[in-house]
Amino acid sequence: MTASTLEQVRNVASDIFGIPTDKITAESSPETIENWDSMQHLNLVLAIEEKFGVQLEPEDIEEMKNIGAVAALVEKLQSAAR
Amino acid sequence: MSDSTSNSIPNSTSAERSASNLRAQVDALIAESAFDLAMRRLADLWRRDPASGTASFVISRIDELRGKLRNKFPLAQFKLAILRSFTVEPIVPLLRAEAFVYGINLEVHVGDFNTYVQDMLDSDSSLYRFVPNAVVLAVRTDQAAPELWRDFADLTPEAAQQAAERVVDGYEQWIGAFRKHSQAALIVHSLERPSSPSLGVLDDQYEAGQSELIRQVNRELRRIAAGFHGVYTLDYDALVSRHGSEPWRDERKWLTARLPIAAGYLLQMAREWMRFIVPLSGRTAKVLVVDLDNTLWGGVIGEDGMAGIKVGAEYPGAAYQALHRTLLDLSRKGILLAVCSKNNLDDAMEALENHPGMLVRAKHFSAMRVNWTDKAQNLREIAQELNVGIDALAFLDDNPFEREQVRAALPEVTVIDLPKNPLEYASVVRKCAAFERLTLSAEDQQRSEMYAAQKQRAGAEQTFQSKEDFFRFLEQEAQLEPVSELTLARVAQLTQKTNQFNLTTRRYTEPEIAEMAKKPEWHIFSIKVRDRFGDHGLVGVAIAHDEGEQCEVDSFLLSCRVIGRTVETALLAHLAESAAQRGRKRLVGWFLPTKKNAPARDFYEHHGFELQATSCEGSLWALDLKSSTLRAPDWINLKVSVGGSTTKTTAGGRI
Repeated sequence: MTASTLEQVRNVASDIFGIPTDKITAESSPETIENWDSMQHLNLVLAIEEKFGVQLEPEDIEEMKNIGAVAALVEKLQSAAR
Repeated sequence: MSDSTSNSIPNSTSAERSASNLRAQVDALIAESAFDLAMRRLADLWRRDPASGTASFVISRIDELRGKLRNKFPLAQFKLAILRSFTVEPIVPLLRAEAFVYGINLEVHVGDFNTYVQDMLDSDSSLYRFVPNAVVLAVRTDQAAPELWRDFADLTPEAAQQAAERVVDGYEQWIGAFRKHSQAALIVHSLERPSSPSLGVLDDQYEAGQSELIRQVNRELRRIAAGFHGVYTLDYDALVSRHGSEPWRDERKWLTARLPIAAGYLLQMAREWMRFIVPLSGRTAKVLVVDLDNTLWGGVIGEDGMAGIKVGAEYPGAAYQALHRTLLDLSRKGILLAVCSKNNLDDAMEALENHPGMLVRAKHFSAMRVNWTDKAQNLREIAQELNVGIDALAFLDDNPFEREQVRAALPEVTVIDLPKNPLEYASVVRKCAAFERLTLSAEDQQRSEMYAAQKQRAGAEQTFQSKEDFFRFLEQEAQLEPVSELTLARVAQLTQKTNQFNLTTRRYTEPEIAEMAKKPEWHIFSIKVRDRFGDHGLVGVAIAHDEGEQCEVDSFLLSCRVIGRTVETALLAHLAESAAQRGRKRLVGWFLPTKKNAPARDFYEHHGFELQATSCEGSLWALDLKSSTLRAPDWINLKVSVGGSTTKTTAGGRI
């Protein structure tokens, strides 16, 4: 995973959860981010799809257990599309 | 990849860095208490990167700023309720951010899933307790008309027809109930057609196939909407078609999260709602000011000359003709056109008058500033000449530098960002919500002719010795009448749009006016004016209600085109006379000052009213009707009609 993808995912998460980017790490998850509920999860999914031009399958969405996993997923989908 | 996502490039780019810089700037400005600039940067950020994440950032900062500035930042307040059969929550931040750049602070209430029928029928529902300004009824075909959506092939033609009629009956009942309980505007999504009908191509071979029946329901919805004031349909099927129904829909999100719209299109849904919200909140542009070189034609007239500029029926000139047609369409909706160009006047006029490729001509522009001074100053002058506020202007210019200069100097102007490619100019202007209108009066359609006559009047005024001579020369005729079905839309529109000569600036919707008109103690008059130069149309409204011995003026307003021609005196005199005839002893009224209504400040005093009280909101004035000498001026030929019959009084005229 490149730093750039993770950084961009952290920026998106910062906007969605309303938390400064430097407080968000690859390990940040619904356990550590208070308002990461199911509606915010949907908002995160939509923001990721919009930003990276990818389409997440329901199975992918279940795998998004922390920020690092989201970044890894984005990279996987992007390399599959190339 | 869909087109709307293609502009966000996966790898970190300078655009992305600048967007994150803007976020940092906004927070730094907020920390320094530079709130106005912070608001401007927020709008820049949203225009640059209108994405879900940005929306969350923008609205969190607006909410923070609003608490701090309360009355200073002139955002219009607007409450929208969304009744729905699908997940709309992710659209709400996009909608609020989009509303913010139009100068609207939008408060949104979202109804529960599929409770829209109860919500509309129950007068005590959370919908009505929210007291919305407008309500969106966003129901999908699968919920509103399940039989027409799936298993359609099981139905006999008769059963299918009956199903369609049941759907229409349902809507008619709910909308009727809604109108009884609320005067808010209602925006009804019409039904989308399936992208793959049950019977495939066979569906189109039947007179009452699946697609056709849904079209029929939509036609009926339009008919129902037309039967109520303030009920509108949103052509959802056309919206989806415009973007392509296959990329628009997202089956995965529908099945997992009840969200039928793909991520890249949520913004388009929000923007479609804005096309209703902007006119409903009065944040529309009344004048479009356009640049000339590389905006109305390709090239620079001063350098390329008549033979060199590109405008005509063939490419590349055709792109500019498409923009001309768009401008003419706006003009037919009552939006005035004006020119603001850095050019030599002779060069510009030569092209405007004589170039064979031009579809818009000098006569289509109500004001023109062709010179070398800065555009912000020219825009101020245009607003003054046309008697509109600066916030009623929209500005179209291909040059980003000019646009930024205008944004910085005049933040209240709607500045339209033109793309680099002239082929896209027309569609960008057509999509701008500031030009949307929900009703069209005869006045709107003739407005540019009326302004042309106005120019002649201004010329005539200068040749007279006294004002009175000028008023007699004008040969004004005024028609005063109670509000009726025919004038309701225009009366409501005037209460919403009039800023300068408006004593109380109370805004009313059509249903609110209709409700008032039903009460016997309320009196609503409109005045139409014409003179030797042309017809001004319906230009004034007075609303008053009786209470005990007095009659109180609730609203009194006049379109700026007739201010100072004594029509206002005629209207006030009629209020006084009619109140006296109903046995009232006093006519009272408030003047509530706003940033814009200084022209009305001394109105009561000049007409013999006496100051009764002042409060932080304004001043209260009263006229003793027994001793009053207030009469309509005798140079106005006044016709007063009472419930249909017209009695002619040569005014001043009870001689």
